[in-house]
Amino acid sequence: MLAYIIRRVAQSVLVLLVVGLVAFAMFRFVGDPVDAMLGQERTQADIARLTAELGLDQPFPVQYWRFLEQAVQGNFGLSYRQGRPVSEILVERLPATLELAFVSGLMALAGGIALGIFTAIWRRGISANIIMTVSLIGVSLPTFLIGILLIYLFSVELGWLPSFGRGEVTRIGWWTTGFLTESGLKALILPAITLGLYQMTLIMRLVRTEMLEVLRMEYIRFARARGIREKSINFRHALKNTLVPVITITGLQLGSIIAFAIITETVFQWPGVGLLFINAIQFVDIPVMAAYLMLISVMFVGINLIVDMLYFAIDPRLRVDRTAGGH
Amino acid sequence: MINTPVLSVRDLVVEIPTRHGVLRPVDHVSYDIAAGEILGVVGESGAGKSMTGNAVIGLLDPPARITSGEVLLSGQPVHSLRGEALRRLRGKRMGMIFQDPLTSLNPLLTVGDQLAETIIEHLDVSQSEARRRAVAALDEVGIPAASQRMGSYPHEFSGGMRQRVVIALALCAEPDLVIADEPTTALDVSVQAQIIVLLKRLCRERGVAVMLVTHDMGVIAEAADRVAVMYAGRLAELGPVREVLGRARHPYTAGLMASTPLASQGRARLRQIPGAMPRLGNLPPGCAFSPRCDRAQAQCHEEPGPTLKRCDGRAACWFPLNTDATEEAEA
Repeated sequence: MLAYIIRRVAQSVLVLLVVGLVAFAMFRFVGDPVDAMLGQERTQADIARLTAELGLDQPFPVQYWRFLEQAVQGNFGLSYRQGRPVSEILVERLPATLELAFVSGLMALAGGIALGIFTAIWRRGISANIIMTVSLIGVSLPTFLIGILLIYLFSVELGWLPSFGRGEVTRIGWWTTGFLTESGLKALILPAITLGLYQMTLIMRLVRTEMLEVLRMEYIRFARARGIREKSINFRHALKNTLVPVITITGLQLGSIIAFAIITETVFQWPGVGLLFINAIQFVDIPVMAAYLMLISVMFVGINLIVDMLYFAIDPRLRVDRTAGGH
Repeated sequence: MINTPVLSVRDLVVEIPTRHGVLRPVDHVSYDIAAGEILGVVGESGAGKSMTGNAVIGLLDPPARITSGEVLLSGQPVHSLRGEALRRLRGKRMGMIFQDPLTSLNPLLTVGDQLAETIIEHLDVSQSEARRRAVAALDEVGIPAASQRMGSYPHEFSGGMRQRVVIALALCAEPDLVIADEPTTALDVSVQAQIIVLLKRLCRERGVAVMLVTHDMGVIAEAADRVAVMYAGRLAELGPVREVLGRARHPYTAGLMASTPLASQGRARLRQIPGAMPRLGNLPPGCAFSPRCDRAQAQCHEEPGPTLKRCDGRAACWFPLNTDATEEAEA
């Protein structure tokens, strides 16, 4: 078990190094920072001085190493556009994205698993078939379109919910939260649905398929033959076996909720890191882009790592250090 | 009460509606099993052996269903029970042992949990009492250090031990009838004998009626008191195991015996039955076995297939072997 964790952590570090290389490469290949920083009137001496100051005269591996050194300490330099440290800007924006991702992830998981079980157990029922049909919309409509439709319906026509922004936020230390005010909660609803709907339908369909598969297994028949009641068969015997493969996909999906928040944040002008990234692209603000890239990959890799650990909690067959015997 | 058999199957018919007409995997099958008796049910794949067992315990996969006949459990009809009433009977009054112990145990629940769950479902006992009984059940089927194995998962047992766990599960709520569907087929030969011995012991000690479904004549010879031979959904022959195996009356039983390698007989070459069992959708007009039978005559090919009732009650054949009449003729 320990060896497995160490191996997985090592793999994660390797992935992060490669992503770091890509992020670093952006600095070198997307325009010349010296050019950008010095402006029109410059001497050869100025260029040489700044190049040396920025360490750009060093060989490539040395530069990469320095970049990593700084990145590990959370230092991604100054934003070209705002002139402030990138880490400061990110910390400011992160709570908005994390709260949005948390709410829509929770919605996707709870809704997806519940609906998946429901449609699997009552697979011939009318409501299950309606849910399955409606879920096709969730899978096939692009996120931005769902967002725009929701804004049109609930903000423009009905006027129930705000169409953009985070509403009033409360500051707790460095964290800002929208959970504590009414306008903050109201503002969360539409973006969370927009971001989570696709994931929810995906999880639902996955749970349904897996559950149907498990319900055909011999041990379910055997449980029936022993007179175990249906509720216990569905939620104790079948659900646990269903969750093993579902966890993998769900873990990846939760990672992509944070990553795909870009689109939702743009549609709703949600002041999170996704919107920050879109703006950074418009202004070729490379330090911000590189930092965002690193941040997202750390989250992805971290979530994957947690998912792999969860397997051990659910599937006893993986806990090899237990004593086997009885032959 | 004295002579009421534990299980009584009367003219049981199971039908499967398909696009090409209605199939009858079980066709007017009747037999009894008394307490403490093991009835072996043999036949080729698709002869309807397992289907009969599933019909008795109410686990037919739709669209298969019982269309006529009766299943009586200690005289009480159970074939018409549905839902909750049927669930209460399963495990409590009749248990079932499945073929493959690898797939019939839930891999994510401990053996103790699966046992305790079954006991609590049917007997009015506390959690701790259920676990105590679970240990006793494991102990009874010969799991060493039973109390320590309660927390083990199925994958931590070997194949034979796993099948013992399955048997413990089927018997833990003390049913009167156990349907064992090919309980030894997926096991090593050396383990098969142990499981058969265990089944026989439990049957004798507890007075359980056992329906032992198998295609293995060796297992039948070893374990069964009486045997029912099935062919194309019908009973071909029914009688005490010694008589049926020693002096088979139905040509199919005789063919089955001749094609079974028995070490004691030391036959140099096995005989085989020519052809294959007809498919259910494509049965011959006469006796289902007639195309493969070397004794078949015009009556066999033309008249509707014989049933046990219409023949001598033991073999469903117009021209049975080994009867007093045939022996006189041969003498």
